Amino acid sequence: MNPGRDPVAHIVLLFGVILFVAPLWLVFAGSTQDPAAIARGELSFLPGHEGFSAYARVLNGPVPRMLLVSFGMAMAIAIGKIVISVLSAFAIAFFRFPGRQVAFWLIFITLMLPVEVRIIPTYSVMSDLGLINTFTGLWLPLIASATATLLFRQVFVAIPDELVEAARMDGAGPLRFLWDIVIPVSAANIAALFVILFVYGWNQYLWPLLVATNPGLDTIVIGIVKMIAVETETDWSAAMATAMLALLPPVVVVVLMQRWFVAGLTEVEK
Amino acid sequence: MATLELAGLRKCFGATDVLRQIDLSLASGEMLVIVGASGCGKSTLLRMVAGLEPPTAGRILLDGRDITSEDPSARDIAMVFQNYALYPHMTVFDNMAYGLRIRGLSREDISRRVDESAALLGLSELLNRKPRQLSGGQRQRVAMGRAIVREPKLFLFDEPLSNLDATLRVRTRAEIRRLQRRLGVTSLYVTHDQVEAMTLGDRLLVLHEGRPAQLATPMEVFEHPADTYVAGFIGAPAMNFLPAVLTDAGTAAKLEAGPLLRFVDGRREGPEGKALTIGIRPEHILIDPDGVPIRIDLVEPLGSETLVHGRIAASGESPLVIRLAGRAPEGEILSVGFPPEEIHVFDAETGLRLP
Repeated sequence: MNPGRDPVAHIVLLFGVILFVAPLWLVFAGSTQDPAAIARGELSFLPGHEGFSAYARVLNGPVPRMLLVSFGMAMAIAIGKIVISVLSAFAIAFFRFPGRQVAFWLIFITLMLPVEVRIIPTYSVMSDLGLINTFTGLWLPLIASATATLLFRQVFVAIPDELVEAARMDGAGPLRFLWDIVIPVSAANIAALFVILFVYGWNQYLWPLLVATNPGLDTIVIGIVKMIAVETETDWSAAMATAMLALLPPVVVVVLMQRWFVAGLTEVEK
Repeated sequence: MATLELAGLRKCFGATDVLRQIDLSLASGEMLVIVGASGCGKSTLLRMVAGLEPPTAGRILLDGRDITSEDPSARDIAMVFQNYALYPHMTVFDNMAYGLRIRGLSREDISRRVDESAALLGLSELLNRKPRQLSGGQRQRVAMGRAIVREPKLFLFDEPLSNLDATLRVRTRAEIRRLQRRLGVTSLYVTHDQVEAMTLGDRLLVLHEGRPAQLATPMEVFEHPADTYVAGFIGAPAMNFLPAVLTDAGTAAKLEAGPLLRFVDGRREGPEGKALTIGIRPEHILIDPDGVPIRIDLVEPLGSETLVHGRIAASGESPLVIRLAGRAPEGEILSVGFPPEEIHVFDAETGLRLP
């Protein structure tokens, strides 16, 4: 069978690509058109005559700062989640301590409580800590992750006992073992999870909306929503240009990390 | 160079006694092989010496120092694991150097020691490789190297050859023995393979269900097994056991199969008619036209010798394996004799050797 010559497969594939790309294309096309025309419902599939003027417009406004806030928040959430879940999974997987099972099940149970469900108590705690309208308040409550903890636990439990024992006989203490053996051995998993968590952090909407009313702390996602005002006339091409810009950092992270992550899995010669 | 002493070592998991009362003393530079079927507690014993498993009772002394409750890394012991347990993300050099780095040796000392050990094991060309780029035999040598660079007082080997193919196993076995002799490091070697046990050990400890069944030199274990378990475990094919009774005032055994075997090495205690088990190794059975007739079930020609599996027709069909030099005789019936100087006499009830 020659996989390059199967027309049916190509048609199906092409259909899938169109389905995914068409909305993106429409946003890009819209970002180069006259905002008034879009508002009248005359959104064309072809790029308009405005060129990249909408991009210049938004880049001179608050959008760069919003991108920065979003990037910082997504990084803090992804890194924070990985640090916390690696440490807690390490404890659960390698140590026998009283309350270990209880701790494991408590973490497991929080899987059933997404951010939205516990948002009021979380807000109240943040308010007590004086973290409302601060950058720390944006990411701190989001860095606990039951999913990542469970995932890392599975990865760590799969590390052979003899490797643990060899390290013990070599004289590696717990933290040394974590740093020298566990983390390098699970680097590919950490990279994969980082990608997922970064995108998760980048796309946060409800929590940043609640916790930060100061426009200086607006994330890019909130910025886009604010641009699409209901009462006043919306600058549609600017909103679309911002959406295009908001798309870039996660794409860059996915592309960069994916390369590294695949390399970690397939590396043979060095 | 160090001595190792185990005094009254016991291990229970819950209510199960895995090891009861192990007393053992290794001379400096001695290689002691612990052998037994799986589940006999041999690995547990090794892990207790390593410090990976706390003993329920008893003491472990290395060079006179009580290390029973010390951390594995403080014991000055190195271990070679069955699956080698190499760090997959580190090069051969780093695998060998890791323990030395943690001990805070200088960079020069580390590279000197690793280079020396690598040269000794023929790993010098492979120092920059990762474990997955090595063959099974090379990985095994890296695992050995990691133990050697530490220059420990005691080596522990946990079935280090069981993941190798047969040819490599024979070669590596000889290599390990040469290396251990040359370095003169006291060693404990755990295996379930009786050939490894016979060839490697200065002495053997045969473990049976958590109890030491016999502790002696390999030839002593082979020639004077302490009980029927040891007799059946050491030697391949296994020793034949024939039911018999004590007779003629303790000077002979009457086999159920017929013949009377006079003891050449003195009389045995016990009442007339006491139930005995007579053991005889397959290679000691002779063809004897006046002997016991055996019905042949199966003939296995091995080239230089032939294994004949048969049954004694006269006595309840007891199975018998005979090892003959050269080719097997023709026919379905083989008449064999049991030379009295080659028999082992055991108490049928306790299984213990009657001296």
